[in-house]
Amino acid sequence: MEKRVTFGSWTIGILFAVPQLLLIFTFFYWPAGQAVYWSLTLQQPWGGGNIWVGLDNFRSILANADYWNSITASLVFAGISAGLAMFVGLVLAALTDRQLTGSRFYRVVLIWPYGIAAPALAMAFRFILAPEAGFMAVVNQVWPGFWDPGLDGTDAMASIIIAFSWKYVGYNFIFFLAAFQAIPRSLIEAAAMDGSGVVRRFWDIQFPLITPTIFFLLVINITESFQDSFGIVDIMTSGGPANATNLMVYKIYSDGFKGLDYSGAAAQSIILMVLIVVLTIFQFRFIERRVHYR
Amino acid sequence: MVERTPFLNFFTHVILFVGFVLCIAPFVVVAIAASHNLRDVNDVPMSLLPGSDFWLNIKTAWTTADLGPKLLNSFIMAAGVAAGKVIISALTAFSIVYFRYPGRTLIFWLIFVTLMLPLEVRIVPTYAVVANVLSPYQAILDVTGLSWLIEKVSGVQVSLSLGLLNSYSGLIMPLIATATGTFLYRQFFLTVPDELTEAARMDGAGALRFFIDILLPLSRNNMAALGTIMFLWAWNQYLWPLLITTDQSHATAVTELKQLIPNVGGIPEWNIAMAGTLIVMLPPLIVVVLMQRWFVRGLIATEK
Repeated sequence: MEKRVTFGSWTIGILFAVPQLLLIFTFFYWPAGQAVYWSLTLQQPWGGGNIWVGLDNFRSILANADYWNSITASLVFAGISAGLAMFVGLVLAALTDRQLTGSRFYRVVLIWPYGIAAPALAMAFRFILAPEAGFMAVVNQVWPGFWDPGLDGTDAMASIIIAFSWKYVGYNFIFFLAAFQAIPRSLIEAAAMDGSGVVRRFWDIQFPLITPTIFFLLVINITESFQDSFGIVDIMTSGGPANATNLMVYKIYSDGFKGLDYSGAAAQSIILMVLIVVLTIFQFRFIERRVHYR
Repeated sequence: MVERTPFLNFFTHVILFVGFVLCIAPFVVVAIAASHNLRDVNDVPMSLLPGSDFWLNIKTAWTTADLGPKLLNSFIMAAGVAAGKVIISALTAFSIVYFRYPGRTLIFWLIFVTLMLPLEVRIVPTYAVVANVLSPYQAILDVTGLSWLIEKVSGVQVSLSLGLLNSYSGLIMPLIATATGTFLYRQFFLTVPDELTEAARMDGAGALRFFIDILLPLSRNNMAALGTIMFLWAWNQYLWPLLITTDQSHATAVTELKQLIPNVGGIPEWNIAMAGTLIVMLPPLIVVVLMQRWFVRGLIATEK
């Protein structure tokens, strides 16, 4: 879509864009380019510039079992938490959309968790899921040793998934509800006149009509699970135990800033960037075309 | 509803209520745990009746993590990011929508691409840039031979250096350098009728006057929505402030939470930790509750 009426002066037009362009050049394109450069070079231990090493950084990372472990952990985390948060959000939105008494109240309250900072909710869940105090301690009293995120990798992964999903249920809920409410009432009423029940109407009318939203949220949830997980991991598990929750962004942070391995961290950043760009392009090109009902 | 479905209605109420309880429970647990004393909070199971030490714990958490100045820092950062986004995105969107200069499509795509890569994935080099924000320009001068030229001509060696670690601008600027708001404005500007622009031009208004007197007042709703979303987003940032505030004086409230994680040895002071958590979660929660309409609107509009 383009404007028919525009202003003539080129200089003023470009001037308006300059602040944004300066910002994204300095804080986006330059660092992104820098990451590519670092990933292809190795910093000399005694200073004196970087030496060109080609793809060696990538080779050494991809040969590292720790890195594959981190990728697996990230994918498990992304898959389960996106699935959980989206499923719960979808169910709650579908039921709220039935507009019984009180649905407005749910519409207001269910969004609250999304406003909370990841580290703050991580702290809350660290207490709630702590093995010695809080609520899982009750379970531990009945079955001693059942739950200990400090020692058991699976428990730790479950904890960060719960914390992340709790935040993103509200987010998915908003989008699903908006999608449901965009469906014309007349469609539902016509189907009801033809004798289809609530479940039938959901599967044959509402569900197909919200598939674009489902795919959109799937991509957003996965990319957010790569980013927003940092605070949760840092507060709840610090990547442990035994690297079970060492997700990709956390590993970049600990390799780059604690291990001071800039080249390795940069190479990992590049891999993560490629992953996210592919996901985004996939969303824009592929999904948007195949699932479009409007 | 279309038909009478008493069983399904009952089921709906039950599920929604369970959802509500799960959603609200962590808030309640945090608040209750924050009111217990050290012994009660470590009781198994913890009593769900509030204890009496609420204000004492809040006070302890406040002083342990030095939350007063930290909350102020958080507020400055969040307000700065929100204001910066609201202003800069409006300028850019105006430029993209209302002008026809060569390279406009290129600029559009340059900005669009920034949507794809969040700060978290390019964190290491961004940190290096903020440590000396002029380093990109120095490198450009070096590569193009300009700094050599300047040195020959004037005898001055060019070394540009401006560190932004431990500063508000270092906290704020990289967070503004994405495209989120630009597209929100763009969508809105495209719906502004052309007749309005024509009328303004006929009355002799230039681009600047049209922008300030007509376009900006019309976008008030967008500004509120974008401002709310960005304020919350910036307030909740963790990794970035953690990295660039090596000095305590610029640390934010969210990064300070880490100070409150109970030590492994001894009886964990969960009551203090929860009191601190409560303080840190309260401001964004208040913003969400008060600005709900703008929040939801901004959320849906910025992502689409």
